[in-house]
Amino acid sequence: MALQSLDIVRRSATTLPEPQVRGAHTGQVAKLIDVSKCIGCKACQVACMEWNDLRDEVGSCTGHYDNPADLSAHSWTLMRFAEYENPKGDLEWLIRKDGCMHCADPGCLKACPSPGAIVQYANGIVDFHEENCIGCGYCVTGCPFDVPRISKQDKKAYKCTLCSDRVAVGLEPACVKTCPTGAIVFGTKEDMHQHAAERIEDLKSRGFEQAGLYDPAGVGGTHVMYVLHHADQPQLYSGLPEQPRISAMVGLWKGMAKPLGLLAILATAAAGFLHYIGIGPNETDEHDEEAARRELEKTP
Amino acid sequence: MTNHWVDIKNADLILIMGGNAAEAHPCGFKWVTEAKAHNKARLIVVDPRFTRSASVADVYAPIRTGTDIVFLGGLINYLLANDTIQHEYVVNYTDLSFIVKDAFAFADGLYSGYDAAKRSYDKSSWDYALGEDGYVRTDPTLTDPRCVYNLLKQHYARYTPEMVERVCGTPKDKVLQIWDMIASTATPTRAMTIMYALGWTQHSIGSQMIRTGAMVQLLLGNIGVAGGGMNALRGHSNIQGLTDLGLMSNLLPGYMTLPNEKEQDFEAYIAARAPKPLRPNQLSYWQNYRKFFVSFMKAWWGDAATADNRWAFDYLPKLDKPYDMLQAYELMRQGKMNGYLCQGFNPLAAAPNKAKLTEAFSRLKYLVIMDPLATETSEFWKNHGALNDVDASAIQTEVFRLPTTCFAEENGSLTNSSRWLQWHWKGAEPPGEARSDLEIMAGLFLRLRALYRKDGGAFADPIVNLTWKYAQPHSPAPEELAREYSGGALKDLADPKDPTKVTRKAGEQLAGFAELRDDGSTASGCWIFCGAWGPTGNLMARRDNADPTGIGQTLNWAWAWPANRRVLYNRASCDPSGKPFNPQRALVAWNGSAWGGADVPDFVAGENPAGGMGPFIMNPEGVARFFARAGMAEGPFPEHYEPFETPLAANPLNPGQAQALNNPAARVFADDLAAFGKADQFPHVATTYRLTEHFHYWTKHVRLNAIVQPEQFVEIGAALADALGIGNGSRVRVVSNRGHIEAVAMVTKRIKPLTIEGKVVHTVGIPIHWGFLGVAKPGFLANTLTPFVGDANTQTPEFKSFLVRVEKV
Repeated sequence: MALQSLDIVRRSATTLPEPQVRGAHTGQVAKLIDVSKCIGCKACQVACMEWNDLRDEVGSCTGHYDNPADLSAHSWTLMRFAEYENPKGDLEWLIRKDGCMHCADPGCLKACPSPGAIVQYANGIVDFHEENCIGCGYCVTGCPFDVPRISKQDKKAYKCTLCSDRVAVGLEPACVKTCPTGAIVFGTKEDMHQHAAERIEDLKSRGFEQAGLYDPAGVGGTHVMYVLHHADQPQLYSGLPEQPRISAMVGLWKGMAKPLGLLAILATAAAGFLHYIGIGPNETDEHDEEAARRELEKTP
Repeated sequence: MTNHWVDIKNADLILIMGGNAAEAHPCGFKWVTEAKAHNKARLIVVDPRFTRSASVADVYAPIRTGTDIVFLGGLINYLLANDTIQHEYVVNYTDLSFIVKDAFAFADGLYSGYDAAKRSYDKSSWDYALGEDGYVRTDPTLTDPRCVYNLLKQHYARYTPEMVERVCGTPKDKVLQIWDMIASTATPTRAMTIMYALGWTQHSIGSQMIRTGAMVQLLLGNIGVAGGGMNALRGHSNIQGLTDLGLMSNLLPGYMTLPNEKEQDFEAYIAARAPKPLRPNQLSYWQNYRKFFVSFMKAWWGDAATADNRWAFDYLPKLDKPYDMLQAYELMRQGKMNGYLCQGFNPLAAAPNKAKLTEAFSRLKYLVIMDPLATETSEFWKNHGALNDVDASAIQTEVFRLPTTCFAEENGSLTNSSRWLQWHWKGAEPPGEARSDLEIMAGLFLRLRALYRKDGGAFADPIVNLTWKYAQPHSPAPEELAREYSGGALKDLADPKDPTKVTRKAGEQLAGFAELRDDGSTASGCWIFCGAWGPTGNLMARRDNADPTGIGQTLNWAWAWPANRRVLYNRASCDPSGKPFNPQRALVAWNGSAWGGADVPDFVAGENPAGGMGPFIMNPEGVARFFARAGMAEGPFPEHYEPFETPLAANPLNPGQAQALNNPAARVFADDLAAFGKADQFPHVATTYRLTEHFHYWTKHVRLNAIVQPEQFVEIGAALADALGIGNGSRVRVVSNRGHIEAVAMVTKRIKPLTIEGKVVHTVGIPIHWGFLGVAKPGFLANTLTPFVGDANTQTPEFKSFLVRVEKV
C-alpha cells in the first residue's frame, strides 16, 4: 500500500507525470529464490499468510504436494512440485516457489484500465492498490506468469506485494525472513546478481552445466529471480515460461488499440465538426414539426 | 548428537540415512545447505523414498526399508577390504586390537549363548579375554585371529555389494559410488557426518542399525572431530530432555539405571555400574557413579537419604521387567494395569496397532489426559464413524481431560538435539482453565502425601519423605526445579587437597559434576545437567552467539551437557601426541601442560598424552567399541535380521536358520505374534513417516498447517498404481493384518519398485498426522496398521517396516 518512502514511478491508466525527485539511489530491490537450496517446506507460504492476514480454505489433496492447489486471492505464494527424470535416468524433484515476479515492465500494470489500481515503486516493486481496483481482470490477462487472482468475496485483484509494507521500513519480505535454508534472499538487484553468480558456480561444480539465473528480458527483467539448475529449461519447473512476454492482447489494447480508439473518437468528433462547417447544423422545418405533433397525439 | 547442529557446516560429506532432515528438521537443515554452499560438502541420501532431503542431494539411492545393516555392513566390508580406514585412529582409539574370549562364536545368524525358548542370550562369552594382570589382552599388530579386527572382517565378509543389491534392492553401481565417496573421508582432513532419526530407531533392529553407522564412523576416524559424528536428530522439541532426565521406565536421571529385582544390595548395584579400568591408566569415568547417585538421592529425599539407610536405596523400585509403553498397553489389555495418567502423549494415535490400544484403554477403570489439545486418546471411547468405530455404551472407562499449558505459555528449558539446554520465557498467558503440568502433578502429589500421612499405607516412606521445598508447594516454579536438577552444596565443601579451605559454601549452586560427592554433602537431580544453573546463575539463558574460532563453537550460547561441551569425544580429534588431526578445524589440543581450544576438552585437563589415556573416557577400556561386549540384546556385532513382517521367507544372510529370520532377541507378545501378516496376503512393504507441514498429531488442530497439507494421503509408486489401476488423486484402502485405512493415493515416481531376491517389491509410504479430531480433513489413524513389536534394546516400535495390501476403493 502507498507509503511515503515508496515513491510511485508508474501508475496504471494515468498519464500524469509521477514525482521524480526521490529515487532508489542504493539500487532497486530483488528477491532471489535459489531453487537448488529449497526443500519445499512451505514455511514461506505460512509466513505470507501470517504477515498478510490471509487464511485460505482448508482444501483437499489432489495427489500432489501443492497445497493449496493453486494461487488464490488468499494464497499469494505457493510451492509447486515437479518430478523430472533427467537424461541420466536419475529423478529430480524440482520445487519452485510461485508468485508475483515483479516485472520491470509489468504486464498487469499496462493492462489495467483503472487509474492507480496498479503501481510500480522506485525500488521496483509492483503493487496492487485494491481500493482503486474495479475487478475487470485485465491484469490477469496481462500477466505473463498467470499470477493475479480475483477475489470471489470483493471482486478485486490480489497478488504478492513483495511485502512492500515491510520493505518500506527496512525489513525483508516475510517469506525471506522465515526461509530456514536461506533459499530465499533479498537485497539490491545487483547484490542478488552477485549472490546468484556464486550459487551458479557451485551448481556447475556439481554437474549442473546449464545452471543459471532466471531474470527474463522479455519483461524487462524481474525483481523476483530464480537460480535454476536447468536454466535452459525453465518449463521443467512447473511451467515457468521460457520467454515470458506481455500478452499480445495487452499490446493491442495499450499499443495499437488505444491510439486507434482515440483515433476513432477524434474521427467522430472531426466528422461532426466537418459536417457542421461543410453542411451546417441540422435544422427542422414546419413539416417535420407537424409530423412530430401527430406522433405525440397517437400515444395514450 | 555427538556433535551439534551448527557443526554440520564443517562437514565435507553428509550422509542422511534413517532420517529425512529436510522434511522433519527444516530449521537445522540450514547447516546442511551451509556446508554445501560454503564448505563444498556433498550430500548423500539413502532412503526408501526420494524425499525432500533427496531433492537437494548430490547422490540419492533407494533402499528397502529395514535393510540398512546390510548396506552399512557392506560398507564396513568395503572399507576393510580396501584398507580405507584411519589407521592411527582405529589402532589407538578403538578396540580393534583387543582379543575376544575363545568361547565367543557366531554361526547361522546366532551368537553363542542363545536360548530360543526365552528369546534371549546368555552373554557370558561376549567379552574380551583378560590377561593375568586383569587387563584386556591386545594385539597391536592386528594379526591375532581372535582380535576384534579379524572377527569384524570375518563377520562382514558375507556383506558383499551383490548381497546388498539382493537384499536392499539398491543398484550396485549406486552402492559403489556412495561407498567410494564415504571412503574418501578416511583421511584425517576430511570429515563425514551421519544424520539419522526415527528411520533407524523405529525398527526391531534399530539400535543395531545405529551402531553399524557408528562403526563406519569409527573406521573412518570421524567420531570426536568437527564436521563428523553420529548425529541423532530428535523429533520433539524436548525429547532429548526427556531421556536426559530419565523419563524412560528403566532409567534414572543422567542415564543412571534403576536396579532390577535381583539388585537388592546397594554396594553390588553401584559396583555393577562403576567398572574398574580394563586397560592401564584409563579413566573409566563411570567409577564416579556413586557420587552421581548419592547426590541424586539427596536431591529427591534430602535429609531422609542417609549413609545409614544406604541413601534411601530401598525407596527405588526394583524392576522385574521393562515397563516400556508396549509392555504397559499389553498389561492394560490383560486387565493387569487399570489406571493410566497420560501426560503430553496421544497413544491412540502414536502407538502401534490402534485396535489393541482401544481394547487396552477400554479395560481401564480411569484414564487421565493431561494435554493442551483435545487428543484422539481422550475420545477413544467415542464413535467417529469409520474413523473410530467403537460402541461407547460398551466402554466403562472413566476419562478425565485436564487442559495444560503449552510450551509457549510457561518458562523453562528445552534440550535440543545438540544437547543444549536453552531457557525460554513465557510468551502468552494460558487460555481458560489450563494449568501447567507442574501444578497438576504438584496437586496430585500433595493430595497423595496427605492421604499417606493420614492413613499410612504399604511403604509410605518414599512418598511422605519426598523433598518438596518449593515456595508455593502447589505450584513449583520452573526456576526452582532447574536449580534442583543442576544441584548445590548441602554443607560447606572443603578442598580435598587443603581441608582448611572451603570451595563451596552450604546452599551455593555447584559449577559442575566434578564437585559432586558421595558423602551426602551435595545434591544434584541430574548429574549431567550439573552446572546449568551454576554459582553465577542460569547459564541456559545465555544468548551470546560469538564464534571466535569460526567453526561454530559458540560456548556462551545457552549451555550444553555435559560441562558445556559441544563435541563429545573431542580428544579423538587429535593424534595420540595431542596434535589436531585437522588443524583447520581444531577443537582441542595439548599445549604441553594442558588441554584447551575451541571446545571444553572431553578429557582430564592436565592429562599428558604420553600416559596413553584413551579418548573414550566413559568406557572402562578407554577406547570405542566395535565389539559391544554384553551391551546389546542381540549380539556384539550388528547382524541383519528381517523386519517382523517381511516380504522374504528367509534371511538371505542366514537362509538355513529360521530363528535368524527376525531379531532373535526381540520381545514379542503372543497375541501380537499372531497378528503379524504374511507376504502372500500382504505383498507390499509399508513405512510410516512425518511431513514437514505438520508436527505429529498436534498441528491438524491448526488452520495454517491444515491449509498447506489438508488431507490424508498415501504415496504409491507409479508402477504399483499402474498394476492396480489406481489413478493419482483417487481413493485407496491400505490393509494390514491389524486393520485398514482409506486415503487419497498420491502416485509418484519418487517411490521405485525394488528387485529383492529376484522378486519385485513395492513400497507404500504412509504419512501419519491425520486423525478424527482437528481442523484438517478428518482421517484415519495411520497406526491402525502398524505392528506391536519393538527394538530388542529400547522397545521402540517397528513403525518403519511392515506389510500391507493396497486396494482400489
